[in-house]
Amino acid sequence: MKSLSRLLAITKKEVRQLLRDRLTFGMIVGIPVIQMLLFGYAINTDVRNLRTAVSDQANTHLSQQFIAELRETQVVDIVEFVSTPAALEEHLRIGEISVGVVIPADFDRRVIDPERPAVHLLVDGSDPTISNVAIQLRNMPIAFDTRAAKRRSNNIEVRPSYNPERRTPVNIIPGLMGVILTLTMMLFTAVAIVRERERGNLELLINTPVSSAELMIGKVIPYVVIGMIQLALILIVGDVLFQVPMRGSVLDLYLASGAFIAANLSLGLVISTVAKTQFQAMQMTFFVLMPSILLSGFVFPFDGMPPVAQYLGEILPVTHYIRLTRGIMLRDAALIELYPELIALGIFTLLAMTGAALRFTKRLD
Amino acid sequence: MTSEYAIVSRGLSKHFGNLKAVSELDLKVPRGQIYGFLGPNGSGKSTTIRMLCGLLTPTEGSATVLDTEIPGSARLLKPRIGYMTQKFSLFGDMTVMENLQFIGEIYSFPKSGRKERIRELLAKYDLFDQRKQLAGTMSGGQKQRLALACAVLHRPELLLLDEPTSAVDPQSRRDFWANLFRLAEGGTTIMVSTHYMDEAERCHRLAILDRGVKVADGTPQELQAGTGMHIIEVTADDPYHAQEALDEGDVVASVTQLGMRLRVLIPQQVEDPVGVVTRLLDGHGVQADVRETTASLEDVFVAVTMGTVGHAK
Repeated sequence: MKSLSRLLAITKKEVRQLLRDRLTFGMIVGIPVIQMLLFGYAINTDVRNLRTAVSDQANTHLSQQFIAELRETQVVDIVEFVSTPAALEEHLRIGEISVGVVIPADFDRRVIDPERPAVHLLVDGSDPTISNVAIQLRNMPIAFDTRAAKRRSNNIEVRPSYNPERRTPVNIIPGLMGVILTLTMMLFTAVAIVRERERGNLELLINTPVSSAELMIGKVIPYVVIGMIQLALILIVGDVLFQVPMRGSVLDLYLASGAFIAANLSLGLVISTVAKTQFQAMQMTFFVLMPSILLSGFVFPFDGMPPVAQYLGEILPVTHYIRLTRGIMLRDAALIELYPELIALGIFTLLAMTGAALRFTKRLD
Repeated sequence: MTSEYAIVSRGLSKHFGNLKAVSELDLKVPRGQIYGFLGPNGSGKSTTIRMLCGLLTPTEGSATVLDTEIPGSARLLKPRIGYMTQKFSLFGDMTVMENLQFIGEIYSFPKSGRKERIRELLAKYDLFDQRKQLAGTMSGGQKQRLALACAVLHRPELLLLDEPTSAVDPQSRRDFWANLFRLAEGGTTIMVSTHYMDEAERCHRLAILDRGVKVADGTPQELQAGTGMHIIEVTADDPYHAQEALDEGDVVASVTQLGMRLRVLIPQQVEDPVGVVTRLLDGHGVQADVRETTASLEDVFVAVTMGTVGHAK
């Protein structure tokens, strides 16, 4: 009974301080909304309008027809015509264009010769997305002449089941939820405790009858609620602005998020027992955040990573959470069907909590 | 069975790596008294206080605090002691009232009497007008009164104060000490560390610490009587030359300048110390008034820490 009232006293104090700290309070709402707007609109893997220059050395009726067709694809935006291929390379190097199109003088003859390529594309390979997209141009049929090779038919038809229009936000936002919660939950918890150590409050607290567990749980409870509020915000913004579907059960999503928030809070607690200053706590948070963005399958496909990176990714809670959110929100999977991810999050929480409890003592030495 | 001592420590030591912060400290603090802990910065005062309230584990030795064994049962002790940290450690972004309420909740002070107790403390420590002010925006003296109010809210039997007056003005210090005496009269044992001589003089008993070692303890009167030194006061028009002259004397243990006066410490076994000093000064043609006087606590401090702190010639 005394233990519970002490725990509540800590929680009450934490909420009171949070409400008074307007910047932090603003961040709770601001971070998810701003990041959603930023990434929801900015990240688009459906690349269009690559800046392109053309060197048309043939300058025939056929080559001009080809250029017109190229324009129609909307993949490229032809901004300039130059005389020589060398000029194209120059433009490419200084970054004025991403794609250079060389149409050889004997274009008309090459079109009907299946052995020789009709057009050369110079592509800025320093950006992997651009080169991927430009390579798709290779499949563009060049068949202006009746004698030209018969148009290749597509043997394999791809049907993107859960995102037929291939809209990027649909893929991004379930992952973004994981990244935002990782950032805020971990950072808030770590900073909340380290700040008290920095200000000397902790020396006072550990001299009171409050126990380590009461202190840690009491401090963390408000952040669980904040995590849930952020989740609701993300879901609302995702639905209203980006029409991200919510095909599965909202309850399942909240349960999955609960497990994920617990994992991040315990990691935040671990950080708080290691970091001596708020600055160190922040650095450590970002040390975890970067792989959470890059190795979790949020930005780059998980299957494409080498085995070592995949193992690292499996350690991160966000990897499992993204599988859960994509499964529940987009594929209408039930939480119970995704149980391995839930177990992974549980194990992570257990290990991190144990680590934090072992490291956090009510002593100074 | 309650012992007559609030604190008894036996060979209490704390080492940080090679640094011996506290070495084999034996203390006996009687109940209901104000016990002073005098020593320069880095002499191990804070470390000792932290060991006594269970914040640090002693490297060697043990202590009995309020009949509870340290190390080991520190947790049982928490509700019975009050601790005031050297640095202000309450919540600056909460009001005076909120801080007191929080402390009341943390110590599980009975809800029925909590309001009254807080009102009583606000009145006693002159904080009633500040009760709605954020603690972080208060003056040094107000912060210190709030810290004391929080430390005593749960009516602890033992109060440990770590340099409580280092950040306040002289008037606030006087008021603070008046409060301490009131608490001691009420039966609270108080252990207070300080590096101010005038504060040390107010304690019932005190221990002088130097580099982690207890070099003297007793009542201020006992300490002043037992310096083992003659205290000679020299008043000279040219104290600088007088000091130069005295520095040449083999028997002079220490010379401290206080304005136009010099306090000269000469070991007890030297006979006719006034004559010795007068002859030294005459030898350098320095005109001065020389007379023997009684030891102040400052003289005690100089005498017992001599050779280690650098006061000696």
